[in-house]
Amino acid sequence: MFDKIINKNDFTGLIKDGMVIMVGGFLGCGTPETLIDLILASGAKDLTLICNDTSFVDRGVGRLVAAKQAAKVITSHIGTNPETGKQMVEGTLNVELVPQGTLAERIRCAGAGLGGVLTPTGVGTVVEEGKQKITVDGHEYLLELPLRADLAIINGSSVDKAGNVVYNATTRNFNPLMAMAASVVVVEAEKLVEPGELMPELVMTPGPLVTHIFKSEKR
Amino acid sequence: MIEDIELAKNIIAKRIAREFKNNQLVNLGIGLPTMVANHIPQGVNVILQSENGMIGMGPAPEPGKENPEITNAGASMVTILPHGCYFDSAMSFALIRGKHVEYTVLGALEVDQEGSLASWIIPGKRVPGMGGAMDLVVGAKNVIVSTLHTERGKPKILKKCRLPLTARHVVNMIVTELGVFRVTPGGLALIEINKDTTIDEIRANTEAEFIVSDNLKTMEV
Repeated sequence: MFDKIINKNDFTGLIKDGMVIMVGGFLGCGTPETLIDLILASGAKDLTLICNDTSFVDRGVGRLVAAKQAAKVITSHIGTNPETGKQMVEGTLNVELVPQGTLAERIRCAGAGLGGVLTPTGVGTVVEEGKQKITVDGHEYLLELPLRADLAIINGSSVDKAGNVVYNATTRNFNPLMAMAASVVVVEAEKLVEPGELMPELVMTPGPLVTHIFKSEKR
Repeated sequence: MIEDIELAKNIIAKRIAREFKNNQLVNLGIGLPTMVANHIPQGVNVILQSENGMIGMGPAPEPGKENPEITNAGASMVTILPHGCYFDSAMSFALIRGKHVEYTVLGALEVDQEGSLASWIIPGKRVPGMGGAMDLVVGAKNVIVSTLHTERGKPKILKKCRLPLTARHVVNMIVTELGVFRVTPGGLALIEINKDTTIDEIRANTEAEFIVSDNLKTMEV
């Protein structure tokens, strides 16, 4: 028995004001929508959200921004959610824009136990401000630091009760990276199966990375 | 000038599509660059990447065959071709930064004669974020900027970008409806010209300084 399955109350109990939460998904594709519903219902405030984009006002992580539950977002793109830009201009939301590949690597390196990554992306732009520049073999790189979270909420297409996850098609995106970089990892399982039902060769997130499994209520 | 914007965009898309060779991995940005896919010549098999996590991206699905789990980087539903595969965002950008992508085609707010590009922010007005653009232009082997030659009468090809940069000194080629420029160590060079314009008209609509290639060709579209 792996004892990882949790219910709504268990999940709500994990949510605290001021938490740093990673949310999987790319413009809403591959986002755990039921877990977003529960964070909305919890009324938690001053959250720091780490997500590829702030999606749309009525979809995915964008709903948390629209409900003004975030104090800060660390993301690569806010253009599809006018609420993010509005709150940023009003000064109620701190937005840290990070190039998408750098965001992925900052999360990955945290999960991989590395002290940072050296990337050429952003050299010569505003992205380099305040960052250490390191020259290797005559090429300039920015030192980008790891990003960790208190909680990662990810979306799994097929999940076994040991926590092994398979992601369908383009729902994968940031989900497996975030599953490695947070103290608590909750996967919303669209399909929940018994251990042994997933082909081990096809598992994309190894079970021990997942602390809790929540059975999705999507359709 | 070519006044019909749709015609102008199609000229640009068609010309860029002729750059590609068989089996090259290519990333097309949202908007005008996406139109390039419609003009890839018969017999040239280009493998399209979508940076949200796939290669082998196919056209939009037929009505009734949409799958919300297969989307492109603009959140539109797409299809995957038989040679395609999916991966996570770290792999996607490793492909990009690691020089595994042959061409990236993207739009511009401004591009300059040094090959610098501004495409992600108009401070105080529009702040969508850079998304994957900074990684794409730094990492792809060839960077093609696709842009209308002017916007509301103002040149898009400048001496030096005034908006915050996406990256500096990365653009290899600029394709507009009037011609094709190459960024060379000796400066910007006009290498092809649309038969419906003149060098004088291009000069009048370009802020950047450029040389006209000794080998100037007519833009084949």
